Amino acid sequence: MLRVSLRHSAPDLDVAFEAPGGITALFGPSGAGKTSVLRAVAGLLTPDQGRIEAGALLFDKAAHVNLPPARRRIGYVFQEPRLFPHLSVAQNLRYGVRFAAPGSVPDEALLVDLLGLGPLMARGIAGLSGGEAQRVAIGRAILSGARLLALDEPMAALDAPRRAEIMTYLEALRDETGLPMLLVSHTLDEVIRLAATLVLMEGGRVRRAGPLADLLADPALVPVFGVREAGALLHVVVAGRDADGLTRVQSGAGPLWLPNPAPTGAVLRLRVRAADVTLAVARPEGLSALNILPATVTRILPDATGPGGTVLMECAGAALMARVTSRSVTTLELAPGRSVWAVIKALSVAA
Amino acid sequence: MTDLLPPEALVALVLSLKVAFWATVLSLPFGLAVAWVLARRRFPGHGLLNGLVHLPLILPPVVTGYLLLLAFGRRGVIGGWLHEVLGITLAFRWTGAVLAAAVMAFPLLVRAIRLSFEAVDPKLEEAAATLGASRLAVFVTVTLPLILPGVLAGAVLTFAKAMGEFGATITFVANIPGETQTLPTAIYTFLQVPGGDATALRLVLLSVAVAMAALGLSEWLARRVARRVRGL
Repeated sequence: MLRVSLRHSAPDLDVAFEAPGGITALFGPSGAGKTSVLRAVAGLLTPDQGRIEAGALLFDKAAHVNLPPARRRIGYVFQEPRLFPHLSVAQNLRYGVRFAAPGSVPDEALLVDLLGLGPLMARGIAGLSGGEAQRVAIGRAILSGARLLALDEPMAALDAPRRAEIMTYLEALRDETGLPMLLVSHTLDEVIRLAATLVLMEGGRVRRAGPLADLLADPALVPVFGVREAGALLHVVVAGRDADGLTRVQSGAGPLWLPNPAPTGAVLRLRVRAADVTLAVARPEGLSALNILPATVTRILPDATGPGGTVLMECAGAALMARVTSRSVTTLELAPGRSVWAVIKALSVAA
Repeated sequence: MTDLLPPEALVALVLSLKVAFWATVLSLPFGLAVAWVLARRRFPGHGLLNGLVHLPLILPPVVTGYLLLLAFGRRGVIGGWLHEVLGITLAFRWTGAVLAAAVMAFPLLVRAIRLSFEAVDPKLEEAAATLGASRLAVFVTVTLPLILPGVLAGAVLTFAKAMGEFGATITFVANIPGETQTLPTAIYTFLQVPGGDATALRLVLLSVAVAMAALGLSEWLARRVARRVRGL
């Protein structure tokens, strides 16, 4: 459990949030103070006021507690790998081991395997690609006996394929090690794929904090995530695989089909972007779309500018969103309480 | 060698090596500390300290020698205390030649080490701290290995400068054969006596060789630090 509450003058910060285990994303535009919060957690920035707790008390202004970075055990992964140029990959990886408390260092062989570092171990760091170097940096942070991994936009400097690669490794770490992580990001797809908890920051303040699914499905936050990205999260259970290869999952509102293979019984979070949902007032026939769910309109939110809007629906306890034009709202007589069919054109698995 | 160089020239060469060795070894820790402060700390008096360090480079060496005599002479403020409390005499002794050489070479030493400090990315030191390294551990495991070639380059320059120091040395410790007569002061002496030119010339060639070797070594070490910081 991470508990942060701090105030600072330069840069201006007034931030308080709590994060359970798993990956917590600090999300917001550049200059929102995300990195400053991360640096404060790691002890690289001393806030004017506040209290920071991550398993142990790290900082408490009132109680005059301020552990130096070396004693906080926050594994920090910076935007750039910051590997030590005079050491080999293996020496970089093991750098923090000698300073770590006995028993706090995870199994090296397991970690090397998890991060795919085996073939790199004997090499110097000069020939590493950006993605490889960042993987070494992540491993180095974990092997220092970290109780929390602080990831400061670790993928910002990488090209798209390397970014995807690092995300896969972070997912594996999240699922295999259970190490809590605090991820700074201003890329929504990263956050959606990795995080369970979202801390939405703006101008040095926390605008909202909570479970990612709740925040993404919150109509008030549509402008933040953008009309393209706003959307609901559905929790589903994999029911099996049909003969034609599609995966059948059970949602509260009925069955859905996915192209992605998944083991039966697995719990998935499916992201349904508002832009990928079409509304019909009668059950549509003769459509290519497979996934059609009955829903009830709960609210209609016109955009501040432009002829569009977002329709919020309730669908067997889950919230759904659809992007529509105001003309469609009029012709379909959409209003709270109206029963509609939500035609879902695309679903993605949100880890 | 003995037929090439008269015994007093050999004595001067050996003394010069001894003086240069001790000047280098003793000034290294101070050079490291001052270079670190100048490279990594900002404080009132930063410019003053920088100026003070560089003063021997700009002042006429005879002035530096005279100032040393005033401060470290047996009646000087520091010299008197050293003499009475610790029993150390510097003026007109070979130990004084060590001090004069160290002071004169100090700007070169500090410059070389300071440049190396500035080439080390503080972000690496920050990363080391988050990995559990205390300040001392960061210095020993990250900073020092990265600047080591620069430190060695500075030490080589110091050694070469100490070998050749003349003005401050002759002012502070005079030119006593067997006690304070170093290579340069010996050359000076041989040039003053009739028939000494040949010996002086041989000593000159020796000096040039030592200086060139030191300069080459120092350049090579400086290139190493640049490569090392880039991880090659």
